[in-house]
Amino acid sequence: MAFDSISAFIVMGGHGPYVWTCYAVFVLALLGLGVWSRRQRNTVLRTQKRQMDLEQNGRVTDKPAPASFTRIHPS
Amino acid sequence: MWQFIRQLFHKFGSPKWFYGIASKMMPWLLAIGLILLLAGLVWGLAFAPAERLQGNSYRIIFIHVPSAFLAQSIYIMMAVAAVVTLVWRMKLADLFVRAVAPVGAVLTFLALFTGAVWGKPTWGTWWVWDARLTSMLILLFLYFGVIVLMSAIADEKSSARGVAVLVLVGVVNIPIIKYSVEWWNTLHQPATFKLTEKPSMAPEMWVPLLFAVLGLYLLFGWLACLRMQTEILKRERRTRWVRDLAAAGGN
Repeated sequence: MAFDSISAFIVMGGHGPYVWTCYAVFVLALLGLGVWSRRQRNTVLRTQKRQMDLEQNGRVTDKPAPASFTRIHPS
Repeated sequence: MWQFIRQLFHKFGSPKWFYGIASKMMPWLLAIGLILLLAGLVWGLAFAPAERLQGNSYRIIFIHVPSAFLAQSIYIMMAVAAVVTLVWRMKLADLFVRAVAPVGAVLTFLALFTGAVWGKPTWGTWWVWDARLTSMLILLFLYFGVIVLMSAIADEKSSARGVAVLVLVGVVNIPIIKYSVEWWNTLHQPATFKLTEKPSMAPEMWVPLLFAVLGLYLLFGWLACLRMQTEILKRERRTRWVRDLAAAGGN
């Protein structure tokens, strides 16, 4: 090890804040990229599955419902 | 022979085939990449000796150089894929450009950020408008341009062509980044690694750096596979195999 103690390792001869900021940002950015990319792929698969379930039940959401006046209740 | 090449080309162009291959490679890329990167970073942070002039601030090199290296390599890979898109209209090449552009942008940002934070204790300033730093900033804007353009055009084919042309125009910037430290006066130090010469650093410093570069390269491979899979699923969602895959919950 290049340092005598844990505290020397953290302080890094006064350069600690610079070094640790860089490493923290690097790790967070890469971790974020990985998690975000995984989530994107899973979302696409889940959306497709939901779409297929709807199709199977005969309720395709692609077409908008025909216009009707049934929701209006004049008092 | 020609027949074989054509077959290979068709196979390689098939998104379904690529999806399967990517799934098989991804665990290896992730595991080996993480081990190499972690080994390089821990070694560089705790065990490599301090630099004679810069003290401990130089330890930023173990993330700065890999990020900057990948930022440029990713752009070169995108340019190669852009040529393939324009000449052979291969869908997979366009999907690659789309998948990795955000990764390239993040790594360029990391190279700039770690460079700025390293510059403060070493040069006494966060930023100078010299050739190396400015051309890296232009690289970041090129990545942003690609990301914006690929979502701005709805038509699949014109989007692919537009993005490919933009990527190819921007490739001019790559040799400028590479030679900026030799052509102009700058605070930035010249390249640590050269293919033709021995590294200018001690082995206790460049071996962990090499580990970190290789590790980040493999991690990029993992990210590229994962993100290309997402793009493939989006494009092919009406095909039989994607529907089967979605029904099986992604396995």
